[in-house]
Amino acid sequence: MSLVELSHVVKRFGTNTVLDDVSMTVAPGEIIAVIGRSGSGKSTMLRCINGLEPIQDGRILFDGAVVNDPQTDLRALRQRVGIVFQSYNLFPHLSVEKNITLAPRVVKNMSESEARELAREVLRKVGLEEKIGAYPDQLSGGQQQRVAIARSLAMRPQLMLFDEITSALDPELTGEVLKVLEAMAGDGMTMLLVTHEIGFAKRVASRVVFMHQGRIWEEGTAAETLSAPRTQELETFLSAVLH
Amino acid sequence: MIREFGFIDFMYLLAAARWTVALSGVAFLGGGLVGLLVALMRVTPLAPVRWLATIYVQAVQGTPLLAWLFLFYFGLPLVGLVVNPWIAAATAFAIYAGAFLGDIWRGALAAIPRTQWEAGASLGLSFLDQLRYIIMPQAVRIAIPPTVGFLVQLIKNTSLAAAIGFVELTREAQITNASTFRPMTVFVIVAAIYFAMCFPLTQWSRYLEQRLHVAR
Repeated sequence: MSLVELSHVVKRFGTNTVLDDVSMTVAPGEIIAVIGRSGSGKSTMLRCINGLEPIQDGRILFDGAVVNDPQTDLRALRQRVGIVFQSYNLFPHLSVEKNITLAPRVVKNMSESEARELAREVLRKVGLEEKIGAYPDQLSGGQQQRVAIARSLAMRPQLMLFDEITSALDPELTGEVLKVLEAMAGDGMTMLLVTHEIGFAKRVASRVVFMHQGRIWEEGTAAETLSAPRTQELETFLSAVLH
Repeated sequence: MIREFGFIDFMYLLAAARWTVALSGVAFLGGGLVGLLVALMRVTPLAPVRWLATIYVQAVQGTPLLAWLFLFYFGLPLVGLVVNPWIAAATAFAIYAGAFLGDIWRGALAAIPRTQWEAGASLGLSFLDQLRYIIMPQAVRIAIPPTVGFLVQLIKNTSLAAAIGFVELTREAQITNASTFRPMTVFVIVAAIYFAMCFPLTQWSRYLEQRLHVAR
């Protein structure tokens, strides 16, 4: 059974159709790289999956629950779907530890000591245990993004969504973040990532989805899709990104 | 009968300044409660609630404070409610301060990027928890300097309560002047007393503003 299922999803901003009849499934353990030009609807698709954006037509299922049903408890759903943003969105007034423990403490009523232990554990995963007492503005972009990943992991999600998480980083800092993603992939996490890192997608993703003009233009295994594009649009996109 | 302005008059003025402070305090507390409610109403996802708060702010900001004072002091008895100057002044000032503080605090809440709300929502926090743990702590830092600045305005504006016979610093000054006829002396002293109350606050506000730039 698939963990996520989008069927005929339509998303409009005013008269502008951003997602145009998008259907796809994500099986547990799959790592899917979503690629495409900016404005092709990739990020919007991610945001629809955890209910940050309402959709106008179609249906999104997560683990059997209809995300776009007003009756669905979005808060409960979001505890099981982590999302990491391009701009980190750490809480600037809270230390790294409190950034991570806030939701477990407030949403899951975890005790302070238990939450601190959890913070250490997830920080170890992203290689930043020594930064537990730091504030976001004392960290580099790459470190902040790793803390943001740790913050999501602390909710023990079944699915992680990554929205261009290395796009705001200097090239020398993307590597450390991608390494964390690779480790998570090795742990069997189900991941859906919007990315411009084609090399990374080829190496880590099980499947690649190419979006164009709000539609899924092409999809398939990473190796095949990226080395032998079937459509002119993907070919043009790949040559633009790679050269 | 005209008498000399003496030390005792100065003491009377100082004593009356207590009521200026008291009225400012009550106005600030009452206005703070109203303002908090207004600010929260203006960031809720419920549009009619937002409109209601907006109408309130616009109505109060677009009308003179003196009109509100008269409305409560002279208007309420017409509908059978007897009010003394204290209650009329406190109510009018709370309404007035509530609109301005509500607007200042709404601005502070709005200054926090949408992405902070989203980050909270994505972690499963409720609207109120996002507000309490993520938005408010950041907004308070932004709101403190303009809030203190408004408090200074409020203290000076309490002098309007003299118009409905509330004996605070300005009213006492009018009374003193009427019997001593030394307007220069009396009102320079009064101005100095207001200044002594407001100056430390403006300095504090300035200090907070500077600290804001380095504080996270």
